[in-house]
Amino acid sequence: MTLLLLIEQGLNGLQLGVMLFLMAAGLTLVFGIMDMINLAHGSFYMVGAYLTATFAPVFDSFALAVLAALPLAALVGMAVEVVALRTLYRREHLDQVLATFGLILFFNELVRIVWGPQPIFLQPPSWLAGTVEIIPGVPYPAFRLAIIAVGLAVAVFLYLLITRTRTGMLIRAGASNREMLGALGVDVKRLYTLVFGLGAALAALAGAMAGPVLAVQVGMGESVLILTFVVIVIGGLGSVRGALVGALLVGMVDTLARALLPTVLRTMMPPSQADGMGASLASMTIYILMAAVLAWKPRGLFPAHA
Amino acid sequence: MNSASSRLGAFLAVGLACLASPALAQSGETKPGEIKIGMITTLSGPGSGLGNDVRDAFALAVKDLGGSLGGLKATVIEADDQQKPDVAKQLADRMVERDKVDVVTGIIWSNLALALMPSLERAEVFFLSPNAGPSQLAGKQCNPFFFGVAYQNDGQHEAMGQHMQAQGIKRAYLMAPNYPAGKDALTGVKRFFKGEVVGEVYTTVGQLDYAAELAQLRAAAPDGVYIFYPGGMGINFVKQFEQAGLKGKVPLFGPGFSFSEDSLPAIGDAALGVMNTAQWSSDLDNPQNRKFVQGFEAAYNRLPSVYAAQAYDVALLLDSAIRKTGGSLTDKNALRAALQSADFKSIRGDFKFNANHFPIQDYYLREVVKDDKGRLTNVIRSTVFEDHADPYAAECKM
Repeated sequence: MTLLLLIEQGLNGLQLGVMLFLMAAGLTLVFGIMDMINLAHGSFYMVGAYLTATFAPVFDSFALAVLAALPLAALVGMAVEVVALRTLYRREHLDQVLATFGLILFFNELVRIVWGPQPIFLQPPSWLAGTVEIIPGVPYPAFRLAIIAVGLAVAVFLYLLITRTRTGMLIRAGASNREMLGALGVDVKRLYTLVFGLGAALAALAGAMAGPVLAVQVGMGESVLILTFVVIVIGGLGSVRGALVGALLVGMVDTLARALLPTVLRTMMPPSQADGMGASLASMTIYILMAAVLAWKPRGLFPAHA
Repeated sequence: MNSASSRLGAFLAVGLACLASPALAQSGETKPGEIKIGMITTLSGPGSGLGNDVRDAFALAVKDLGGSLGGLKATVIEADDQQKPDVAKQLADRMVERDKVDVVTGIIWSNLALALMPSLERAEVFFLSPNAGPSQLAGKQCNPFFFGVAYQNDGQHEAMGQHMQAQGIKRAYLMAPNYPAGKDALTGVKRFFKGEVVGEVYTTVGQLDYAAELAQLRAAAPDGVYIFYPGGMGINFVKQFEQAGLKGKVPLFGPGFSFSEDSLPAIGDAALGVMNTAQWSSDLDNPQNRKFVQGFEAAYNRLPSVYAAQAYDVALLLDSAIRKTGGSLTDKNALRAALQSADFKSIRGDFKFNANHFPIQDYYLREVVKDDKGRLTNVIRSTVFEDHADPYAAECKM
């Protein structure tokens, strides 16, 4: 393996990590502040992708479609919070898991009824469709660079929001002591709805950015949800910083394992055996990583509640 | 907090184990002059596009045949298998015991077909597969109550292996998901492709992002790449293949169902020009196929996929067999012989059954093009195999 290829794989890892961060940030915020396990987070990802794919031909612009899809997805999220989830905060996690699993089924069927069972099409904007040689000799898809840029911008935005604004202060306060926050006269209910909407919008943004790269289809949220849970468990439930570190770690480890393991194993055993074994090992690595992190730090790397 | 993180896994397991309730169906005995068909197929979730095509095409065939099959008034009982083997088996049991269906069809996935076969064999109910054709049922475990009307699973892969060999590809790169059908697919390619395999990559089932594999692929610089990625995986891969700038540099080959009309709209222009192999194409020139393609488009406002074509043939086959037995469904041996004779005009053209109840049929090389309305579809470029039989038939003792 050449150095150039290694750098390219590093970029791929960064891009996957950034994508996972967009998903994980919203999920971990909701968990940190409301102590709520929301399996339906993947549904907002799917809704974001479908709305963007619907708006893109209407506006004839990918960027405008994303801008239109995000507030709508946030509204969907807030509606779900008000209608279905509000009553579940005081219930056990098991109840929350069952209820939000029901929401997954609801959203999957709703999307199937509205958009039909066939996957739909979403293409990157024409100015991001080609490749760019940021490293000489290695053409890299421009849209993937855009994903990295959007993800890093969101990380900076969340950092500023949480550390520099009044809303951010309330979010932090809510994460450490909800009862006291309520006692101080803050409208906790409204804060929850707001945070839930923000989480839904972030998931929708992830879905919108994934749409041109992946299949926009019913159930697309579930496959990414599993990785997202791995990320927030590694990062520490409730911590946005943990979500960022966890996402980048998972993205890098997964990509490099898929790229390197078969090559390394080929030096040790016959190719046919190495290919099969490399594939199996590569798909295990992030779970091994998660187990290792949990053995070392049982609450993840950056636990939100000390 | 701490207990939450350690119990999260358990919650997820409970959540994911929780199933949706199966659909309701009517019950009762079949009256004389009637036939009941159990349509068990995937109508929800990511695989529902395929199930919808199968259900719709079968319904179209029944309508084209005047609402009857072989002169018997046809009642189709639908149920959603959710792409889960256990659900498919439960549905089959219920349809056999409560609804007393005469024939079962609809199943898309090989693992589901294997799961419900024992129940159907015990009840002596014929299963006419509109898609699934696992090697087990073609070889040692071949079954007197199973007919694979579509193909044996290896067929399209073998045809493309043959085409790549004929094209003079020297160094090929092969990719598939890491599960039994993925390994079978690449084995099928290698049965006919004799050049050097410079990379044989197995990826995780349901993988979303192929950036790492595409970078390795570019570095290996093969003469051609063969992919077996059904459904969403194929859409992901082909889009990313184009975005990585590989399209036009490395020829892409695949089986027909990765480039079928159900997923082409979602892949978009990235699929244009890709060569793939299948036993059917919408431009096959025979009257029954023209009628099917026009009828399907008129009824459902979309182009028929290869799955739809297979389901339509299932209905035509059943119709011909019942005609042969004179409307009798009770004499299983007579019905089996009638099915085996395959005395119907398949929309594929030539069609006959091998001794293992799998087709002997032609395979075509197809190219993805745009039709006059700008929609992506396939046209036939050449015939790869004539009267191709699967390699497992010899192991079948029936």
